Amino acid sequence: MFEQIIITIATAATPLLIAALGELVVERSGVLNLGVEGMMVMGAVSGFAVALTTGSPWLGVLAAIVVGALFSLLFGFLTLTLVTNQVATGLALTLLGIGLSGMIGESFVGQPGVKLGAIYIPYLTDIPLVGRLFFGQDPIFYLSILLTFGVAWFLFKTRAGLTLRSVGDNHTSAHALGINVIGIRYLAVMFGGACAGLAGGFLSLVYTPQWIENMSAGRGWIALALVVFASWRPWRVLAGAYLFGAVSIGQLHAQALGIGIPSQLLSSLPYLATIVVLVLISRNRRLTLINTPASLGRPFVPDR
Amino acid sequence: MKTKLLTMAAAAAAIAFGTMAAEAKTKACFIYVGPIGDFGWSYQHHQGALEAQKELGGEEQVELAYLESVPEGADAERAIERFARSGCNIIFTTSFGYMDATNAVAKKFADVKFEHATGFKRESPNVSTYNSKFHEGRYVQGIIAAKMSKAGVAGYIASFPIPEVVMGINSFLLGAQSVNPDFKVKVVWANTWFDPGKEADAAKALIDQGVDIITQHTDSTAPMQVAAERGIKAFGQASDMIKFGPETQLTSIVDDWGPYYTKRIKAVIDGNWEQVDVWGGMADGHVVMAPYTNMPDDVKAAAEEAQAKITSGELNPFTGPITKQDGSEWLKDGEVAEDGVLLGLNFYVAGVDDKLPQ
Amino acid sequence: MRVELVKRPQHSALFSALSPFIALGLTLVAGAIMFSLLGKNPFDALYYYFIDPLTGIWDPGNRWQLHELAIKAAPLILIAVGLSVCYLSNNWNIGAEGQFIAGAMAGSIIPVMFPGFQSWIVLPLMLILGMAGGAAYAAVPAFFKVRFNTNEILTSLMLVYVAQLFNDWLVRGIWRNPEGMSFPGTIRFSEYAILPQIWPEAGRAHYGFVFALVAAVLVWFMLSKMLKGFEVKVLGQSPRAGRFAGFSSGRMVFFVFMLSGALAGLAGISEVAGPIEHLNEKISIGYGFTAIIVAFLGRLNPLGIVAAGLILALTYLGGESAQIAIGVSDKAVRAFQGMLLFFVLACDTLIHYRVRIVGATAKAEGAAQNV
Repeated sequence: MFEQIIITIATAATPLLIAALGELVVERSGVLNLGVEGMMVMGAVSGFAVALTTGSPWLGVLAAIVVGALFSLLFGFLTLTLVTNQVATGLALTLLGIGLSGMIGESFVGQPGVKLGAIYIPYLTDIPLVGRLFFGQDPIFYLSILLTFGVAWFLFKTRAGLTLRSVGDNHTSAHALGINVIGIRYLAVMFGGACAGLAGGFLSLVYTPQWIENMSAGRGWIALALVVFASWRPWRVLAGAYLFGAVSIGQLHAQALGIGIPSQLLSSLPYLATIVVLVLISRNRRLTLINTPASLGRPFVPDR
Repeated sequence: MKTKLLTMAAAAAAIAFGTMAAEAKTKACFIYVGPIGDFGWSYQHHQGALEAQKELGGEEQVELAYLESVPEGADAERAIERFARSGCNIIFTTSFGYMDATNAVAKKFADVKFEHATGFKRESPNVSTYNSKFHEGRYVQGIIAAKMSKAGVAGYIASFPIPEVVMGINSFLLGAQSVNPDFKVKVVWANTWFDPGKEADAAKALIDQGVDIITQHTDSTAPMQVAAERGIKAFGQASDMIKFGPETQLTSIVDDWGPYYTKRIKAVIDGNWEQVDVWGGMADGHVVMAPYTNMPDDVKAAAEEAQAKITSGELNPFTGPITKQDGSEWLKDGEVAEDGVLLGLNFYVAGVDDKLPQ
Repeated sequence: MRVELVKRPQHSALFSALSPFIALGLTLVAGAIMFSLLGKNPFDALYYYFIDPLTGIWDPGNRWQLHELAIKAAPLILIAVGLSVCYLSNNWNIGAEGQFIAGAMAGSIIPVMFPGFQSWIVLPLMLILGMAGGAAYAAVPAFFKVRFNTNEILTSLMLVYVAQLFNDWLVRGIWRNPEGMSFPGTIRFSEYAILPQIWPEAGRAHYGFVFALVAAVLVWFMLSKMLKGFEVKVLGQSPRAGRFAGFSSGRMVFFVFMLSGALAGLAGISEVAGPIEHLNEKISIGYGFTAIIVAFLGRLNPLGIVAAGLILALTYLGGESAQIAIGVSDKAVRAFQGMLLFFVLACDTLIHYRVRIVGATAKAEGAAQNV
């Protein structure tokens, strides 16, 4: 049972983790994309549709990633090329995503989807207590952990990562050094879109293999919150996503035990916990400032 | 440019007079609280509307119009008024939160008929209210659950503590206790009507705590899929969910609004519409049970027997003796609960493993 | 080929005025294409979307729609005006939805807990309590930001969910109407607690719209004519310069958060005391988030926000009208709304920048010349 609960938490945390990692890279490059929810729901519908029509969940995953990235290009074009306000454009992207996905998905409502199954490794998966946890989950779970490694390594151990961070910290001097600020930001935005799309695909292919309008149900917003919560550090995003997952699942268990606390109070626990942890973390002013991309949300137009 | 404006003006005029020209056709209008793609509450209402249109002669005879995802605040009154002004002959408002708005608009448009689902206010003679006795189906589900469960405890994923949901939990448990007096039910409030992820998590939490039957009063098919994955049985909700759990679904309560909508629109066509307060159950065709599947024949027989008795009126799920959760007596032996009490139900019967928010 | 922007020496007055119209033109074209693809007559669709809700201007029989427009726009304008001050000062309050709910709850204390208290003073007290409730709720993220340096985007957003759940608990629990058949929601307010309608014969618009206009003008005056407005902008653009000028950024955080919270709270209580007439769990339908878009559409200028709020309200009304008349789905309406916003945002670029489309060869030449 304990193993099952941990796996349940991992499933709840995985979409948050993937979407938040994508947004983290976007924000590290100095761009704030509030359209995560819209990209996620687009990924969910396209992943579902492609998996159902082709019968291959992997093609569905691929479609979710590609559609997420393409959809984010719209945001990129507006905010990077036309320097529109990032906050408003991101919100508009969410509106558009929810509407469009509803239109695309109209004919898929009420159809069971294709599930991307859990992996099975003989002997390893059968180890008691921990076998399924480490060797028997769905492939995207492992991908999300790898992605955390990858993003952390890329940002802090590679030259390209350093370049991306320098763009986020001070785009003017990065530009003066001859770095293609806009180009790097385009790539970052598309990576964020691909991750949000994948997170959406996880919802409609692994978590609950079905399509329902607006099925991301606010998870994009939680992912956004996690990035700030994690003060833009990949491993803290992972910790945050699992903490959030644990509190959400924990409150359901508390209810099922019948302990008689109002369910509204229990439901608000994940949010209150986030606030408390955030306050505790941010009391260390220097640490937060070091990690915050200084150019976040500021428009950049190269001087010519 | 000028001609375009003229065309637009002409279009406007056509709309204004359109109601007269289309006199022959009856216009039935529906307001839904969710998207019709929710595959739950709003979806079923829309299916009912389509069925009524088909029954009454198709598009030639009945024109349908609908607005989906209409919030239950200040927007509702505008949406209803818009329908009333656009030539609708009968307007169905399909969520509790539209109650005050429906009554307010009805006062202004005496010629239009209004039908409000799940409400209790009928402030003018052109407002009817209608609802379904879904708890009758839940009683049958309870009987099946008690016969199928080895653990003697079922998991119930609930949405919000409103009388209808509380009634469903009680009825389910009473049905189960008629088979096994020690049967228990664990309740998890999801605080949402549809969030597939959260409903799936709730199902997993309940299963991890040892329940071996899942039933739900939320709209998505996620709990059914989780039950299928974990290899236990479950009941569907609102529609037949057998596609989502071919080896899992025992039965499902199908909200079938078609017969009622057909009857009421027909009454408008025939000119004999009258105010009613309908609370229809199995006998009226409002509550339909999906085929009994994945169970032994004796369980199926017991379920069919209970269904027949409820349909014939021989059995009322809320018949005493029934004890409240706090141990006090609710109904004496043979006493039947009044509709008024049920429609405002805010307490559990004995055996529910949860505290109801007061 | 690529698009390049050249910053104008000063912002273009011409494009300031023109850009909304260019955006509208582009939206009409794109919308016509989208509706044609959906198999609808594009002219009908656009007529119902943009013109039908406004026919009340010349057609008294349709005047009710103008009232509905005012009802829908009032909370958006009120909230967005407050947010504009926040954003100008570089404080990112995105939790106006929570402050809206907090205002609605605080304002409902008198009519729900003291229904016997009936006097003309009830309504003013409710409005004041509503503003106080919203301001107090907004002060929480402000406090965290000033005291602990906690990011306000996150805390204000999280507090939205908390407010929603608290309100839910309240109207299902201790504030539930005992005669409401156990459904969530408080008792219906008495007549003294209801915000009057402006012109009841023509429609049901209430004084909330007047509050919105007054707030817009007052905030506009503060921002453009008063020292406080100057302080807001200086601290927003350069906190260091502000500190040299002797402005306190901590006090500013509290000021802008509580101002926007108060306006969101006023919007909340006006909504409850106006068209809804009691408090229930369904009052939160995202005005606080939509208002963020309104604030930027109005270019963070209170007077621009009035126009933007009306336009956004129009898209809701027009969307309904198009759904009924020609059966486009609610989804298409939302997608169209998103498109409109994109075009408006994109066209505003023209105010500050000249757009140059550069071919590959021209770019090489340009580079050579720049050297």
